[in-house]
Amino acid sequence: MEIAVVDYKGGNVQSVLFALERLGAQAVLTADPEVLRRADKVLFPGEGEASSAMQALREAGLDLVLPTLTQPFLGICLGMQLLGTHSEENDTPMLGLLPFQVQRFVPDTAHKVPHMGWNNLQAMRGPLLAGLTEADHVYFVHSYYAPVGPYTIAQAAHPGPFSAAVQHENFYGVQFHTEKSGPVGTRILANFLAL
Amino acid sequence: MVKKRLIPCLDVRDGRTVKGIQFEGLRDAGDPVALAARYAHEGADELVFLDITATNQRRQPLTELVRDVARVLDIPFTVGGGISTVADVEALLLSGADKVSINSAALARPAFISDLARRFGSQCVVVAVDARLVEGEWQVMTRAGTTPTGRQAVDWCRTAADLGAGEFLLTSMSHDGTKAGFALELTRAVSDAVSVPVIASGGAGQPSDFTAVFEAGGADAALAASIFHFNETALPALKQYLHAAGIAVRL
Repeated sequence: MEIAVVDYKGGNVQSVLFALERLGAQAVLTADPEVLRRADKVLFPGEGEASSAMQALREAGLDLVLPTLTQPFLGICLGMQLLGTHSEENDTPMLGLLPFQVQRFVPDTAHKVPHMGWNNLQAMRGPLLAGLTEADHVYFVHSYYAPVGPYTIAQAAHPGPFSAAVQHENFYGVQFHTEKSGPVGTRILANFLAL
Repeated sequence: MVKKRLIPCLDVRDGRTVKGIQFEGLRDAGDPVALAARYAHEGADELVFLDITATNQRRQPLTELVRDVARVLDIPFTVGGGISTVADVEALLLSGADKVSINSAALARPAFISDLARRFGSQCVVVAVDARLVEGEWQVMTRAGTTPTGRQAVDWCRTAADLGAGEFLLTSMSHDGTKAGFALELTRAVSDAVSVPVIASGGAGQPSDFTAVFEAGGADAALAASIFHFNETALPALKQYLHAAGIAVRL
């Protein structure tokens, strides 16, 4: 199986590569459209700020390539948010593969921003999250979120519900860090590789 | 809801884990890679790795060791010690660190915080604050706690948060290694002053110290070293204790 990790010079990709290595999977870090098109699975880790990430994708021509991919695709954290249509973070147009608009959390005394730490998943559905229960925790670090919608395949709360995972056709996204979520995250990555 | 985090800290010098009292009298606590793997397996919520000699010897953190630790670690991993440039941070992230902890460089040049937040995002910028109680005031120290800065802890945290700090690692030097409990008032004051998460550090001795720092201190996470390294309190037992005491933790 060929696994491609999108290299857009922004995210912390090493953690994802190590997580795949721990699963015994060989992954290639690439921005080459040909390599991305022929891979069996594509992962898109993201960290950082939305407009810089979109700019980096445009410079690499990936804003046009990623939407045409047909194999299972997993966007992680900012990589999930980029699948939406727009982000409040510096008023940024995103890839537009899923019909959500990314919003900023509003902090209060009991709910800090960024939403940082381990939170449990709720209302999971579909093969990516197979085998998980609502007692399972995953690791989040983010200040912006996608609202709940028909595309939501798991929710978390901070304090209101938001999309912890989304899906449309072959495009999956997780707001949490699968690669940093202990055995639960490993299970989700293994589920993705088995899609 | 987001859970309170327990974070073992590996103070590393010359490739070994060490631990002292109030930043002095270091003793050996083992191989950092083996300790990291053990803590992740035991349910640590995160791991912090501080290269404690880096600032004073002007040496970059050991990126090879970071890589070896990151390779075995399936939980978040913060690295600090001697970080003073954007290139330092880039090298650590490329080695597998998830966040970096900055201290002296941020005090010397506060704009360093905003430089990093813009380039890598606030989520990976942890500002470490070493504070010492002097005549009733929490004074911020720099250069591994050796030099007073004249800054007051709450003021500095507010400034750093405005510049883009994503989290604070707040260490009471007056409590570090004493096992007499965390600095509750300091932790509460900083936690109330900033909207980003606060990791309390320094003074963990027994399970009730953690309950106190999460409740009275308002901490989002608690960091400890000795009690974990020397097997005085095992992580799984501590988590069960906190759960029974009504603290929301990841079991």
